[in-house]
Amino acid sequence: MGVFLEQLINGLTIGSFYALIALGYSMVYGVLKLINFAHGDFFTLGSYIGYTFLVFAVSLVTVHFGLWGGLAVALVVAAASVALVGIAVERVAYRPIYPAGRLPAVVSALGASIVLQNAIMVIWGPRYQAYPAALIPNVHLQIGNIHITLLQVLILVLSFLLMGILYTVIQRTTFGAAVRATALDRDTASLMGINFNRIIFFIFTLGPALGAMAGVMVGMYYRQISFVMGWNYGLKAFTATILGGIGNLPGAMFGGLILGVLEMFGAAYISAAWKDVFVFLILILVLIFRPTGLFGEKVAEKV
Amino acid sequence: MEAVSSRRFDRFFGSPLNGLLLLLTVFFIYPFVVSDYYIDIAFYFGIYALLGLSLNIVLGEVGLFDLGHAGFYAIGAYTTAILNTHFGIPILVLLPVSALAAGLFAYLVCSPIIHLRGDYLCIVTIGMGEIVRLALINNPFDLTGGPNGVFGIDFPSLGGPFVIDSSIEYYFLIWVIVALSIVGLLRIQDSRIGRAWNCIREDEVAAGSSGIDVRYYKLLAFVLGAALAGVAGNIYASKLMCVSPESFTFWESCLFFCIVLIGGMGSIPGVLIGAAVISLFPEILRPFAMYRMMFFGVVMILMMMFRPGGVWPRKRREAAHE
Repeated sequence: MGVFLEQLINGLTIGSFYALIALGYSMVYGVLKLINFAHGDFFTLGSYIGYTFLVFAVSLVTVHFGLWGGLAVALVVAAASVALVGIAVERVAYRPIYPAGRLPAVVSALGASIVLQNAIMVIWGPRYQAYPAALIPNVHLQIGNIHITLLQVLILVLSFLLMGILYTVIQRTTFGAAVRATALDRDTASLMGINFNRIIFFIFTLGPALGAMAGVMVGMYYRQISFVMGWNYGLKAFTATILGGIGNLPGAMFGGLILGVLEMFGAAYISAAWKDVFVFLILILVLIFRPTGLFGEKVAEKV
Repeated sequence: MEAVSSRRFDRFFGSPLNGLLLLLTVFFIYPFVVSDYYIDIAFYFGIYALLGLSLNIVLGEVGLFDLGHAGFYAIGAYTTAILNTHFGIPILVLLPVSALAAGLFAYLVCSPIIHLRGDYLCIVTIGMGEIVRLALINNPFDLTGGPNGVFGIDFPSLGGPFVIDSSIEYYFLIWVIVALSIVGLLRIQDSRIGRAWNCIREDEVAAGSSGIDVRYYKLLAFVLGAALAGVAGNIYASKLMCVSPESFTFWESCLFFCIVLIGGMGSIPGVLIGAAVISLFPEILRPFAMYRMMFFGVVMILMMMFRPGGVWPRKRREAAHE
């Protein structure tokens, strides 16, 4: 039982990374019907900016805010800078291509992904970088016979907090209603006085920012980051998005968490080497029986 | 003056025969005037052209999003590698076997998922491709050699002393196969099958209600596309003499996808251009050293900005975008 609960918590930790990244995919897909392949690289970029901040600037910050404050500022700095990059990428690589349809935008997104990934490689070098161990809390907690780390608890709390805030904004505020309306029908939403460009601005700041925070958390959790990791996390997060039903935000959150838990259980109870195969098999099985994902609504095909 | 020369240009290339003659001349002279390095580049251009043609059947003709095409390519390559190294079966005998294996695999995995639409089909094919790659890494039954792959694959033998073992011979081998595939695919485009495919791409519901067996034709596209990718895998395996899972990543599938879209969906000359862009640009950009892939990404974005329908879109009818 102890092992089971530990694996569950490990799975939820990884799942919350996937969920945070998946939200970015899902928001962009919901509004633009575009699979934003560059999103995984926003995540990596966030991780690297967090790393640089912790290595070079944290001593300055900790004087004023303490160690915890330093980590918090690292998260905010990474999120803010990646949000700027997100806006820039949207302006340069996506906006000129929307009118041409969905498929050219996919190629453009792949191009943007190559540019970002290689820019990261050029700036920070092709080798692995290690997050400074001294700055990351290494406190182990024991509840009954379950061993977890304080870092995991913090990651879970922060991720759930972020997801909760996003959910509230999207579901409860007028602005969130505007986003949902645009996702439902862009033209009608525009006719109702919703500024499409503001919605785009919103999703391309918030999505990359959430991805960047996930990136910093992954850096703290695994201590090691590489410039190609966005590809793998992006793929998993995209899988999570589809698992939950694409364009559906709560679906993306649950999809991410479910995916993380499945992966951990697959690794613990089946075989570590086959865990990803297990995850993709589950995805395929789910889609065979629920062709629009776990939480996807039944949408009639337009004729 | 400019108008005159452009008219001359049009008249020369307007006749397909002249263009074809020019291409053939270049094709035959090229390998005799450049070094092996450039012949190899042309060989990989041919491999990508073949893979582009194979994905074009699925993505271009029928409009099915397949981002796991590297999986079929891998099945072809590993079928060749394993059967050749374990049983010593000659490469050219394995060519149809690889095609059959990849086609059969496509039939088995695509049958249950063929009803999925758009992006859901896309992620399932991604999952399929990743499962193939991960399975190869995990070395089931000690067949695939794990992350290192399979070594020591033979050269193709044409019987007796004729063995294809130099760059120039591989160059002719791959391009002959590409040429034969193009002839076959052009015939299919103009046939009942091609029209059914395009009809499904334009409007699946209308196609179904006009009596086209949508499921059958979609599966047929997947099986044919996979078989052609299997052929590419066969040649690739024997050229490299070894195969490893690294060659069949999700990234490769994305490149194939780009080949079709950069060239123009469903357009065979377009696929050749797309394959040229994908295989030649990283070489052309080599002087930029570590920045070259960045420039490559920029080139992809720019191409979609200025030619969103592809460089050489299919002429016959307006290419439809959702």
